[in-house]
Amino acid sequence: MFMRSTATLAALFLVSTAPLAPAAEKPTDPQIAHIAYTAGTIDIEAAKLAIKKSKNKEIVDFAKDMERDHAAVNKQALDLVKKLKVTPEDNGTSKALTKAAKEEHAKLAKLNGAAFDKAYIENEVAYHKQVDSALETLLIPSASNAELKSLLETGLKIFQGHEQHAEHVAGMLK
Amino acid sequence: MRVLLLAPMLATALFASPAFAATIEVTIDKLVFSPASAQAKVGDTIEWTNNDILAHTATVKGGWDVMIPAKSKGKVTLTAAGAVDYFCRFHPNMKAHVDVAP
Repeated sequence: MFMRSTATLAALFLVSTAPLAPAAEKPTDPQIAHIAYTAGTIDIEAAKLAIKKSKNKEIVDFAKDMERDHAAVNKQALDLVKKLKVTPEDNGTSKALTKAAKEEHAKLAKLNGAAFDKAYIENEVAYHKQVDSALETLLIPSASNAELKSLLETGLKIFQGHEQHAEHVAGMLK
Repeated sequence: MRVLLLAPMLATALFASPAFAATIEVTIDKLVFSPASAQAKVGDTIEWTNNDILAHTATVKGGWDVMIPAKSKGKVTLTAAGAVDYFCRFHPNMKAHVDVAP
């Protein structure tokens, strides 16, 4: 079950590049914290690009919401790891996320106007789906610390809201 | 002596009267307004308590727009009767309703 989830996650983030070495065991809390924080940072970076590039009010408003919410969640995550004296630990999933995000960022940076808006919001829908699925099937079940698990559950609620919001904005562009 | 006693009693009776404005409490927890539907009268105040780590708003299209910061409160006094749908501008899937009687 776990192996399959990891493989799914890896497959989701690595479409055409070298496969992620499957984790031998479920992620530890320091790894989970790192994955969650990395996922948040990636969406903040994408939001900053959209705020800079887009002329569409819906897109810019959505991006500002993403920047604000993910910064708030990441701040909670940092406060929590400090409190728990946990050092977030880099890992294969975080690396795969970062690599995929760099490629997506490069792709988006070349687009402009309506093409950018469409590509950004469609990626936001897909990205939140992936992150929500990873939270549900892998990260939340694997978290052993109760406070970390609770923060991830709150994050899931927030990101499910983002996914719906992104789908709504994507629908408006059509 | 009797008049002195009566005065505070009268005041208490007046302020406890349902004719005076009430405060309707709405809680926000994990991006959900609770209760999602409330009854109020013109002159009443809605007070939102935001338990989330995120800022929210209670916004009516063409109407009020109340900021409710993270772990904080926000309120609005209802000045017009009618059925009102409000939502959070930052999280538009957060929706709630209040029926405002005249």
